[in-house]
Amino acid sequence: MNLKRFYAVFKARSIEFFRDRSSLGWNLFFPVLLLIGFSFIFSGDGRSAYKIGLLETQEQTKNIAQQALKDLRFIDFINYSDLSLAKAKLSRHSIDLLVDYDAKRYWVNDESSKSYLVEQIFLGQELSQQVGFTRLKSSGKGIRYVDWVLPGILGMNMMFSCLFGVGYVIVRYRKNSVLKRLKATPLTAFEFVSAQLLSRLFIVMFMSTIVYSGCNLFFDFFMLGSYVDLILIGALGAFCLISLGLLVASRSKSEELIGGLLNLTSWPMMMLSGVWFSLEGAPQALKNIADLLPLTHLVAGARAIITEGASLVDISYHINALLLMSALFLALGSYLFSWNAER
Amino acid sequence: MSAAVSVQSLTKQYKDVCAVDNVSFEVETGHCFGLLGPNGAGKTTTIEIMEGIISATSGEVLYQGQQVDSQISQQIGIQFQHTALQDFLTVKETLNLFASFYQNTLDQSQLIELCDLGDFLNRDNRLLSGGQRQRLLLALALINDPNIIFLDEPTTGLDPHARRNFWQLIKNIKSQNKTIILTTHYMDEAEQLCDDIVIMDKGKIIESGTPHQLLAKHFEDVFIYLPIKQVDEKIVREQGWQVLADRIEIKSQNVEQTLAFLMQHKVSLDGLHVKSANLDDLFLKLTGHSLQA
Repeated sequence: MNLKRFYAVFKARSIEFFRDRSSLGWNLFFPVLLLIGFSFIFSGDGRSAYKIGLLETQEQTKNIAQQALKDLRFIDFINYSDLSLAKAKLSRHSIDLLVDYDAKRYWVNDESSKSYLVEQIFLGQELSQQVGFTRLKSSGKGIRYVDWVLPGILGMNMMFSCLFGVGYVIVRYRKNSVLKRLKATPLTAFEFVSAQLLSRLFIVMFMSTIVYSGCNLFFDFFMLGSYVDLILIGALGAFCLISLGLLVASRSKSEELIGGLLNLTSWPMMMLSGVWFSLEGAPQALKNIADLLPLTHLVAGARAIITEGASLVDISYHINALLLMSALFLALGSYLFSWNAER
Repeated sequence: MSAAVSVQSLTKQYKDVCAVDNVSFEVETGHCFGLLGPNGAGKTTTIEIMEGIISATSGEVLYQGQQVDSQISQQIGIQFQHTALQDFLTVKETLNLFASFYQNTLDQSQLIELCDLGDFLNRDNRLLSGGQRQRLLLALALINDPNIIFLDEPTTGLDPHARRNFWQLIKNIKSQNKTIILTTHYMDEAEQLCDDIVIMDKGKIIESGTPHQLLAKHFEDVFIYLPIKQVDEKIVREQGWQVLADRIEIKSQNVEQTLAFLMQHKVSLDGLHVKSANLDDLFLKLTGHSLQA
């Protein structure tokens, strides 16, 4: 690897991006517009359904509780085995009430109007009145939908930038013989691909930081975890998505084909990777498919850091998945890469 | 004189097309070597194999008797037929980018002067005219001060003035004892620039030599043209002269005798035009179709 050649290509590609005003503007304003749109659409309390968390109890008890509340609409029950996690969810307004049937106690968030309402509903039930539950309190700043959706929107923007910014550009270079001209120089494929990868990584992280910081001034985003951890998972996710873009663009010379392939790659991630809604209640098969998509791990990891204060160890599953996928995509992309697809 | 490049039994077979069919030739050091032929003759495929851009189905290319290795790109310069330049970079930034790829580079000010880039050095690549773009591509081909330079149809699409300026640049480069390998389908270009030529058609070499040798070998005649209305039909028939659209073509081995014959038969010499055979005529003779078709 000749660093002089690598740096020259890195610099040239970065200059090309920042001088392309239309592309730069789109990368900057698209996520901002989405965030503003969603904060406007989901202003107020966000979700309409009430959620009661249940500490994992014997099946029989849970069924009785559900049976007692079954006539009420718009209440979801979520099981938790970890009390601290469940209390954190209550503190963050993710659930409105937490009930432990075995220990005959429940928690309410005093800062949440929904929590107060759900408590009244809960106490109004005959079963709870008979049992005599102990009331416990929790408090904490609530998570708005815009806080929840932030990692999804930033992740989705990163995904489009990584896939199209690398995949489309390489195919365009190949089609108009820029790659052929570079092949005629001592520049190696590894140097070229590395420079493209790192240039895009720099661009994506730079743009995402600008968007996050700028929007944070207006939205005052919720943040429980470490910004360093957030940057690390963001960079790893972007690296993985760029590698996927390189793989998709490894041979094609047709802009129409690469457009189709990139859409085929990006749409499932946009729908299934938890960008817009949580996959917690989704069928297992769908969750398994989502697990194969890099954006799922980027969004889930970032969301865990932001909303749960997770550390890198806590999200090691997502980190390992991204590392594994990156290695696979890069190895395949390098193997298949062609400067100029011969006839 | 030693061969700078030797091409031996080169063949390139695509699925159902043989683009290059058992082609062999040698390029002498310091010569300008022309590969001539119409579109689809196999010129570009041949030189792209020589450049190491695509691989041959069979045959080999030797540089000064040696097999091509990975270092060859440090020693040759290439100007492709169709190459886009990276958008949003200026001419100077493009020169810097390519200069960073090589161990040895020509002094940039010398290169700018040689290729006459001074007037548009800070212009975006997208805003260059055809001639400016070709001069920049030539500069990129020369940036590593190569001894062997490949130019693939370098003046296609240029206006006559830009073409002649470009020829002068190539002559300047040639005067530095560089070996130039040029493909073209412009005959005047080949006659102006090339010391040796190979004519290809349908993947095969159909003739090779110096332009002068080839024309001398195939043509003893010069062509005399006269407006058709000035010549009696009977004389045309008797002499077997060729009738073209609005003129007649007389092939003559002795212009003086032919002119004397015409004057003897009271034929007006107004609009008379005498032309020697050129490479286009040679190609027409060899293949039955024009080189620029």
